[in-house]
Amino acid sequence: MTEKVLMKGNEALAEAALRAGCRHFFGYPITPQTEVAAYMAKRMPKISGTYLQAESEIAAINMVLGASAAGVRAMTSSSSPGISLKSEGLSYLAGCDLPAVVVNIQRGGPGLGGIRPSQSDYFQATRSGGHGDFHLIVLAPDTVQEMFDLTIEAFELADQYRMTAMILGDGMLGQVMEPVDISREGTVSTVAKQWALTGTKGTRKKNIINSLYLNEEELEMLNFKRFEKYAEVEKIARTEEYFIDDADVIVVAYGICARIAKNAIDEARKKGIKAGLIRPVTLWPFPKLQLKAAAAKAKAFIVVEMSMGQMIEDVELSIRCSRPVDLCNRTGGMVPTPDEVLAAIEKAARAERS
Amino acid sequence: MTIVFERPKALTDVPMHYCPGCTHGIIHRLVAEVLDELDLVEKAIGVAPVGCAVMNYDYFECDMAQAAHGRAPAVATGIKRANPANIVFTYQGDGDLAAIGTNETVHAAARGENITIIFVNNAIYGMTGGQMAPTTIPGQITQTSPYGRDTKTAGFPLKICEMLATLDGTAYAERVSADGVKNVVNAKKAIKKAFEYQMAGRGFSIVEVLSTCPTNWGLEPVEALGWLRQNLIPYYPLGVYKDKEASR
Repeated sequence: MTEKVLMKGNEALAEAALRAGCRHFFGYPITPQTEVAAYMAKRMPKISGTYLQAESEIAAINMVLGASAAGVRAMTSSSSPGISLKSEGLSYLAGCDLPAVVVNIQRGGPGLGGIRPSQSDYFQATRSGGHGDFHLIVLAPDTVQEMFDLTIEAFELADQYRMTAMILGDGMLGQVMEPVDISREGTVSTVAKQWALTGTKGTRKKNIINSLYLNEEELEMLNFKRFEKYAEVEKIARTEEYFIDDADVIVVAYGICARIAKNAIDEARKKGIKAGLIRPVTLWPFPKLQLKAAAAKAKAFIVVEMSMGQMIEDVELSIRCSRPVDLCNRTGGMVPTPDEVLAAIEKAARAERS
Repeated sequence: MTIVFERPKALTDVPMHYCPGCTHGIIHRLVAEVLDELDLVEKAIGVAPVGCAVMNYDYFECDMAQAAHGRAPAVATGIKRANPANIVFTYQGDGDLAAIGTNETVHAAARGENITIIFVNNAIYGMTGGQMAPTTIPGQITQTSPYGRDTKTAGFPLKICEMLATLDGTAYAERVSADGVKNVVNAKKAIKKAFEYQMAGRGFSIVEVLSTCPTNWGLEPVEALGWLRQNLIPYYPLGVYKDKEASR
């Protein structure tokens, strides 16, 4: 039997990074992600790793860029306002085709907002991590166990595709304590990073890590090539599905909202409403095909999210607006209750019957 | 036939893009000569700034990264922490280092980060066409201080070596100038010392090099050297501002 330990989501995430072979963490305090930094500060010195508290989120992400350019697995974590500051670095990481893991434990916004859980950085994560044409891989855990598992996977995907992989959590997932199996070891990449800056050692030509291309034809070609890679990455899109085979009403929710929705779906089923859940595990790539397939059978969709309605656009696009899509949302740090989601399911079921 | 003068091994055979009379070329050569003399080409990693020197990743023969505007000290920190055995340097202008990147510069120094910074101060933003820099001196005319820098509205220049010398993490800070034979010889000595400090693990080292920008100063190259001597050196006195070893 696997032994489980009781951990906070933020701590499980930090432990996973260590298990994935990350020995370079560059942080800056911000609620509600600070436990990640605290955990790293405690553990890194014991394992000959680097915990460096940067002077700003901007500096932290650029330190990640430097460490990644030098060939090691590097990570930074923050929460919403801090992620805005990291946008510059995210764009440069993409332009340089460097791997990195960046964590956003979202809080309410805009501006300084609040410190309670939120999902209102969905657009920022999936659309505009920074200036220019690029994508992040965005993974959305819904349990402390997934905070652990998906963080290990984030390092693997980042190295495999030379991209930034973002863990998009929220203040609740960061703070909640749950039993977690941390026995799984990461697949520490043994692929030589021949592009890395390690000094030529007289054995090769010099390497350059750069995102400047003043020749517009060359830059266009590089963007085309990068998007060919993104087309490959689209294949990793995945979901968790809950009672969708016979579902008339499908709830689409990620992260903590998916768990709340499951309670509501159980209640709806008790009342004879065929409800189901699709939980995107990857937010970019978005599981378009899975949604499209579900739309062939389901009659209505409800998107539950802690924002003014961001992921709902991806759901509507994926199903080409072929079914009604309702929004059940709270925002600003408020969390929807199972009863609110159940009411939305009942409303959609009634509308569908009439 | 005996070769008496050649390109340092640490410089590539790529023609530099700098304007006629600009002293970037001299400073590049000094850095390259030092890398050669200390046998560092194979273990050095340089970080290019945003500004006139943005493309110097093509000019140095060692591994190179190009950083976002002002972030070179943070990028260099990441590289050095990943591979402490490498010799890591940044090459930055005054806008990059003393305006948008002041925070990264000050904190790299405060941490005693074991990196070397070559800071080229020509008192103007060159690449973007001659705007007022954090180091533009009072009264100096630029595109964005067309009536001369008015300290009542634009404040005063930053004296970087003086500032960084106050920090315990700074091991070595010296201001030199690239305006003539004697000063160029001294500049090379300072650059060499800065790299030697890093090799010895002594911590943060910076060499500020006063430099010309004939194009944006609107002067002939020789006049520009004169303007540097008459105006920049008096405002930014040359010399060693911090030397941890000497003060022991």
